[in-house]
Amino acid sequence: MTGGVETIPGARPRYSPSVRVSFVFVVIAVACLFPADLSVTTLDPWSEIRRMLLGVLTPDFFAVEAIGTAILQTIAFALLGVALAAVTGFVLAQFFHLRAVRAACAVVRAIHELFWALIFLQVLGLSPLTGVLAIAIPYAGICAKVYAETLEEAPAAALNVLPAGVSTVSSFFYVRLPDAWVHIKNYTFYRFECGLRSSAVLGFVGLPTLGYYLETAFGEGNYSEAAALLIIFYVLIATLRFWMRPKLLGIYLLAAPFLLEGASDIRFDNIRRFLTEDIVPAPLRGADLLDVQTWVALQDWLQMLLTDQALPGIVATVVLTQIALVATAFLALAFFPLISMQFFGRFGRTIGHVFLVVARSTPEFILVYVFLQLWGPSMLPAIVALALHNGAIIGHLLGRYSDEIRLRPDSAAGLNRYAFEIVPRLYGQFLAFLFYRWEIIMRETAILGVLGIATLGFYIDSAIADIRLDRVMLLIVVTALLNLAIDALSRGIRARLRLSTRVESCQG
Amino acid sequence: MKNGVIRRAWAGILAGLLATSTVAAETFVFTAIPDQDEARLMERFGKVAAYLSEALGVETKYVPVKSYAAAVTAFRNDQVQLAWFGGLSGVRARLLVDGSEAIAQGVEDPEFETYFIAHASTGLQPSDDFPAGIAGKVFTFGSKGSTSGRLMPEYHIRQHFGKSPDEVFSKVGFSGNHSKTIALVQSGAYEVGAVNFKVWKRELAEGKVDPSKVAVIWTTPPYPDYQWSIRGDVDARWGKGFKDKVQAALLNMRDPDLLASFPRGGFIVATNADYQPILDTARAIKLID
Repeated sequence: MTGGVETIPGARPRYSPSVRVSFVFVVIAVACLFPADLSVTTLDPWSEIRRMLLGVLTPDFFAVEAIGTAILQTIAFALLGVALAAVTGFVLAQFFHLRAVRAACAVVRAIHELFWALIFLQVLGLSPLTGVLAIAIPYAGICAKVYAETLEEAPAAALNVLPAGVSTVSSFFYVRLPDAWVHIKNYTFYRFECGLRSSAVLGFVGLPTLGYYLETAFGEGNYSEAAALLIIFYVLIATLRFWMRPKLLGIYLLAAPFLLEGASDIRFDNIRRFLTEDIVPAPLRGADLLDVQTWVALQDWLQMLLTDQALPGIVATVVLTQIALVATAFLALAFFPLISMQFFGRFGRTIGHVFLVVARSTPEFILVYVFLQLWGPSMLPAIVALALHNGAIIGHLLGRYSDEIRLRPDSAAGLNRYAFEIVPRLYGQFLAFLFYRWEIIMRETAILGVLGIATLGFYIDSAIADIRLDRVMLLIVVTALLNLAIDALSRGIRARLRLSTRVESCQG
Repeated sequence: MKNGVIRRAWAGILAGLLATSTVAAETFVFTAIPDQDEARLMERFGKVAAYLSEALGVETKYVPVKSYAAAVTAFRNDQVQLAWFGGLSGVRARLLVDGSEAIAQGVEDPEFETYFIAHASTGLQPSDDFPAGIAGKVFTFGSKGSTSGRLMPEYHIRQHFGKSPDEVFSKVGFSGNHSKTIALVQSGAYEVGAVNFKVWKRELAEGKVDPSKVAVIWTTPPYPDYQWSIRGDVDARWGKGFKDKVQAALLNMRDPDLLASFPRGGFIVATNADYQPILDTARAIKLID
């Protein structure tokens, strides 16, 4: 058992390491509340909330021009992106024992797909490849890691009974792979669901997916249209297992490239220019590298970027992440009973499921966007949205987990069952999920800057608006390093607490 | 049954493959910065594309973009050859593409203005002098790359206070476009905002502005703004005199329905030199190096 207090008469209570870690995180989050800006500036949010609710009640499925194409595009980008990621990830997984491969995968994972899209928009413009690569690259890094871990865990018993002299290739295809295949298939299917969310969000930066129309609809206050788009998106995800059949996959994959819209010609010139001019720091561009002045100018440039932009960006990103993480924790603990057999009957659980599906299917980017419109610019919309989305994901996983707990028939019910029977038994798993989401929450927090919250993404977005790609690259590298640091810290804490090191369905 | 569906799907794909293999002549592509009401962009600019196709005798297509920067990048990367830019985005784009030119502007554009608007609760009154009372308020610009929503208001704010907007206001935001600036100041999410005067007048006429909640408190001195810019290599690709033909087609656009997309009363000749003041201002506040 991981939670709980041991009381020895006459001594101070000794808390378990998990409880102590939890306290530390709560204290950090509370401390972060002081520098955080949590004000609601909107003078009359209720009139807008009323209009939104009215929109939800009167969805208008015919308002969007080309809604059908938007849906097809969303699916096509996700499909091709995830397929490419799965194949690349599978190949990379074979070389995952190499340090360089592991590091490369960690780096591409640390950069959010929206940032990848912003980079590719500069090089490839509105070409469909922009969207496909933006999904495929970070996902390949994630798939490689998960596939490698899955293959690693193939039971040793099977390998041990192989006669001597069986080649590595044979043992891979006949022993390791068959055993891991179901996991790999399920995981890839789950990735595709994530891909649909990512694909939709890419619309916010201009790709012709659902997000494109959603952003317009919300921006213009056409809430009936926005509601229709969101409902279609939920239906798409809820019916996934009915239309995403292995048999049809080949057809989908063949058809997808023809559905993608956008300028299709890719110019080598643009790629060369991006790599050799655009991302070179401005003071070095066309300068005399032997001149001391050049390097002084570079130092000034770096100092300006790091102290005026990177540093405040990092502070805001960390502050927001820590508050959102703890808020997520509380919401997850509040949400999981909604779908748990330990607490509710079939009817109650169904309502709980619908609520959690909606909360976790809505990309947090879209949630934040909506809350920003309602409450005005502060960290509050981001915290609420991140906590809702991630709390629903962890709540869902915990709920399923709690169903497996067998209690004595005479055990307490209601609040006592929750506090004394279930939560203590779940606590280790709960922390494991939470620390997995930590890095994902930070990645999300960084991109929320694009919406105007002063995290790292805000400065990246500003540099893009000024077409200063050298600054964009430096700031993206800073963001990636921050993510890698959090990832390492999270792994360290999980190892210290001996929490499960692998939580498949909780990977971002 | 199921196999039948699958077979038909395969047949459809093959038909699609054959259809796309026909070679098309090079299409002339344009875009426009998304500065206002983004709904029905395809519908609105689709009509402009149809007009240009007809006038130029070359297939012309409109591609929508989500940001000012995306418009500049598309122009730079040659994914569009013609663009309806703001003053600042046009200057940026032309700096990045050698030989590109401003060829037409709206009749209103040589004397463009920015309105500072304020929520009624601020108590700020309209004045002819710079409204110093905006200091300490929650302020929103439009898009980060906008001339009327960012460059000019920021310039005047810096001129008056000698400080950056971050230091002048309690909070600074970027609404994204002019329609949103109006909506957000009206809802009180921001107390003061800077907005393109054309968009304000249009939304006022359309009844989208509630005068009891939001009002204009100051007008900037006039400056040059929007223009059509074209890449320098179009003559080489669509034939000698193509640039002049495009310019003539724009200047001859008279249909009020088409002009309402911009919204402008008509188009007149523009040159790169007309936008020197914008470049100087952008350099002064370090938006351009």
